Amino acid sequence: MIAAVIGKPVSRVDGRQKVTGGAAYAAEFNMPNVAHGSIVRSTVASGRITAIDSAAAEKAPGVIAVLTHRNAPRLAYRERHGMTDPSVGERLHVLQDDQVNHQGHPIALVIADTLEQASYAATLVRVSYAPQIGATDLGKVELVLPTQEQSDEGATPPPDRQRGDPEGALARAEVKVDNTYVIPRENHNPIEMHATIATWDGDYLTLWDKSQWVDGVADEIAAVFGIAAANIHVVSPFVGGAFGSGLRAWSHVTLTALGARVARRPVKIMLTRREMYYGAGYRPHTVQRVALGASREGRLVAIVHDAHHETSTYEEYTEALLNATRFLHSCPNVFTRDRLARLNVHTPTWMRAPGEVSGVFALECAMDELAVALNLDPVDLRLRNEPEQDEFKKLPFSSRSTRECYRTGAERFGWSRRNAEPRSMRDGRLLIGWGVATATYPANFRPASAMARLLPDGAAEVASAASDIGPGTWTSMTQVAADALGLPIERVKFTLGDNRLPRTPPQGGSMTMASVGSAVQAACRKAREEALARGGANDLAEAMRRIGEPVEASADSKPGDASQRFSMHAFGAVFAEVAVDPDLGETRVRRIVGAYGAGRIINPKTSRSQCIGGMIGGIGMALMEHSVVDPRNGRVTNANFAEYAAPVHADAPPVMDVTFVEEHDPNVNPLGVKGLGELPIVGVAAAIANAVFHATGKRIRELPITPDKLL
Amino acid sequence: MHPFALERPRDLSAALAFRAQAGRNDAPAEYIAGGTDMVQLLQEHVRRPDRLVSLAGLLDARIEFGPHGLRLGAAATMAEVAAHATVIERFPVISEALLESASPQVRNQATMGGNLLQRTRCPYFRDIGYAACNKRAPGTGCAAIGGENRWHAVLGTSENCIAAHPSDLAVALVALDASVETRSASGQRSVALADFHRLPGDTPHIETALEPGEVIAAIVVPASPAARRSHYLKVRDRASFEFALVSAAVALDMDGPRIREARVALGGVGAKPWRVPQVEAALAGAGLDPATLRRAAAHAAEGAEGRGGNTFKIELMQRAIVRAVETAGGRA
Repeated sequence: MIAAVIGKPVSRVDGRQKVTGGAAYAAEFNMPNVAHGSIVRSTVASGRITAIDSAAAEKAPGVIAVLTHRNAPRLAYRERHGMTDPSVGERLHVLQDDQVNHQGHPIALVIADTLEQASYAATLVRVSYAPQIGATDLGKVELVLPTQEQSDEGATPPPDRQRGDPEGALARAEVKVDNTYVIPRENHNPIEMHATIATWDGDYLTLWDKSQWVDGVADEIAAVFGIAAANIHVVSPFVGGAFGSGLRAWSHVTLTALGARVARRPVKIMLTRREMYYGAGYRPHTVQRVALGASREGRLVAIVHDAHHETSTYEEYTEALLNATRFLHSCPNVFTRDRLARLNVHTPTWMRAPGEVSGVFALECAMDELAVALNLDPVDLRLRNEPEQDEFKKLPFSSRSTRECYRTGAERFGWSRRNAEPRSMRDGRLLIGWGVATATYPANFRPASAMARLLPDGAAEVASAASDIGPGTWTSMTQVAADALGLPIERVKFTLGDNRLPRTPPQGGSMTMASVGSAVQAACRKAREEALARGGANDLAEAMRRIGEPVEASADSKPGDASQRFSMHAFGAVFAEVAVDPDLGETRVRRIVGAYGAGRIINPKTSRSQCIGGMIGGIGMALMEHSVVDPRNGRVTNANFAEYAAPVHADAPPVMDVTFVEEHDPNVNPLGVKGLGELPIVGVAAAIANAVFHATGKRIRELPITPDKLL
Repeated sequence: MHPFALERPRDLSAALAFRAQAGRNDAPAEYIAGGTDMVQLLQEHVRRPDRLVSLAGLLDARIEFGPHGLRLGAAATMAEVAAHATVIERFPVISEALLESASPQVRNQATMGGNLLQRTRCPYFRDIGYAACNKRAPGTGCAAIGGENRWHAVLGTSENCIAAHPSDLAVALVALDASVETRSASGQRSVALADFHRLPGDTPHIETALEPGEVIAAIVVPASPAARRSHYLKVRDRASFEFALVSAAVALDMDGPRIREARVALGGVGAKPWRVPQVEAALAGAGLDPATLRRAAAHAAEGAEGRGGNTFKIELMQRAIVRAVETAGGRA
């Protein structure tokens, strides 16, 4: 009997490759004769190109071609709205016309023998514009409701959702809080910049790309070029972080393929760090009014959550900003609305826990303000408003461990020792604050496929087109496969990151373990059963010896009707301790304790890493991250790693305590997992902001909480 | 990257000869030492020299302490100086300023001379997508005025430039009355650090007293009782690897519980490393009680001008002075 490896803290199967440099990332698939592309980007937010002079660039050493809208091949841009694209609007078309609609809009592509030659020649391209008045200030545009439309993957929630009589109940409430919370634009800032290498062989295109969805890249580039997706091979085995920036195939992928077609040789484009702020999406600048009404006993009677955020002029990006508000706490009267500010910016995109992390920040800060107004412990307030079911969908939760998370988290944190009075806890001259917030993220499950091949020597190869942007998918899938096959983990080789492998959904929305994991399990079980039947043995190794040739099985997994019967989410409770220097305004996080009900935990080691990463991401959101957009013209002033502060090691608190509460949920998916990619960043910024209030008595409602705001 | 030829002269005089023909800033030939700032500027097309003259191996890298004080060779790295026992013991403010700068990797590479000559972090200077920058392109205007200026200076600015000087080291050095030894084709000279960096005025592109072709050969820091009791305080959004919002270098000569002599300089707030003699005068003879320190520190705000995003620095720098004096005063 082989000991099960699901639930064991297995170290990363690709760890050695990564730390020794053996793992090849997109830009590292070098080949002879590769040329380099450099993108010329607009320096106005809105306008028309009146003249573009590329003569000097064309004459520069090593230059192969300079493409502009004047000479670039026309592209098909067939209609396509993939799962990761906004369902309303049309993606950015590049080098097809003279229009500029945002800063950093690609307006020319220089291809040269070397990177240095390409980037130099790009500076020689002279562009004249007829600038137009662009909308670059969120505070100065009309807010509009999103176009209500069905996406290809299901219902996009209508923007207004109301139950009961929220305004009336708010007006009559015994206690109320009503405030506005602001989250600035944030960028994903993965260490690895986006990069693509493209090479054509006749009509057959190969792309080495940094991506969270190889199938999506193939589909999108096929639509852009008007060719069959089957003619595109996308390879993306390793990804150096992405956080959502790799969910869509951005314009640089198109430009790389276009460049390779024109140059008739392989072309590589790697975005510069500065370009990452203009061409790969970001978390949108969001403004949220949250009003809560409650009885004196601390029962919620009204929630009004009215939000707006930036999107581009050409696509309607919306995210799940308000979802949690509709079910997280019990309340009979709820109003939620999200409106758009259409700006001359490039389209925002999914960034770790898109929507949930922003919406929950506002909601959970408001809950803390309500607790203060009620003179109630903030944990107690939440427990008093635990819903019996999802009051929005009117469905039971498949499982919901908030009570257990609060109990466990509070105990591990020592919450009972908290003095509720602001500014009451000190360490020398530092003010100490303790804050808490709820985390939640949906348990998503999309159709996925996998393949398992048993070999006569008793080993197995298992494959799926999935991505591993860092959570440990290589490892966890190997564990699932080993257990389903009944093989030792060393005998199982898992492969991913290639669209020739069985199709999967994107690695986003915390759905990979549920979707791909279920498919891997199904394929492995099927292969094992087939081998045992064909080999006529109870022992797989013996069966395979008898068969003497590979046994292969493919399987699809897809959600059943559980989502009609249950509301399915992961939940958690996050506690934070901060130390604030009252004179200098510096806030540092000392401890974070998170307790999570996330279903079955396949690998406690990589899961804990996910949670630590989420906590640190939350620290960044709370205390420092901010893409500072100059409202005069829409340029990102701190588009680099020096002035865009993301947490460094010194910002990671000495204590990051992660507990997974026991949770068995047979309804979410065959594996009983809920996903952990997003959950642990949700609530962190709220817990920290609430802790800062507890420490200082100052309620900072605009992130990030920097020293200037605490003076 | 603008194409350039890398010159690797055999000795310093050959390097000086290469560079001597060139102009002052953004000249056809530039020196490169550690390169931690220069390479960024080359990659971003902010500087476009035709020739880079490498100083590798040509400059003194020694750290010496003698009767005249501390002598830091221009090629000594930030890491070497920060970890030097004599520096830690007799000039703690220098070691602290360095350790609060950059990251270990950068400190292993960056040199003393280069640190003093690093260019401003002003985002409008570093992004050629902005046409207007009097420092990068004289006469084009200043995009930072009226722009996002949380990072910018409140002291010593002009209507042509509000960029802040980025160096932590220079703030510590100016507090300690350090001077710079230079070399050029025409010989050597010494310039007080206080006079080394220039205010922007009408010529923000001229940043230092260096003549074309002149290099920093060494930094000399006089020893003093105050230098021994010195401290560097840096305030910033994150805990490490970030330029200062505000910093304060303080050196105190104590007479029992009272301050005999104080030297105070500020970083992150000035168009150049900013010494505050009026604060020092107010601290002379004072005790360390908070009210006295607060009154003395208030003098730092004289002449300070906020532009919206950076106005908070005027208050924060006063608090930083108080804290740094308290910390230095509490040292044995």
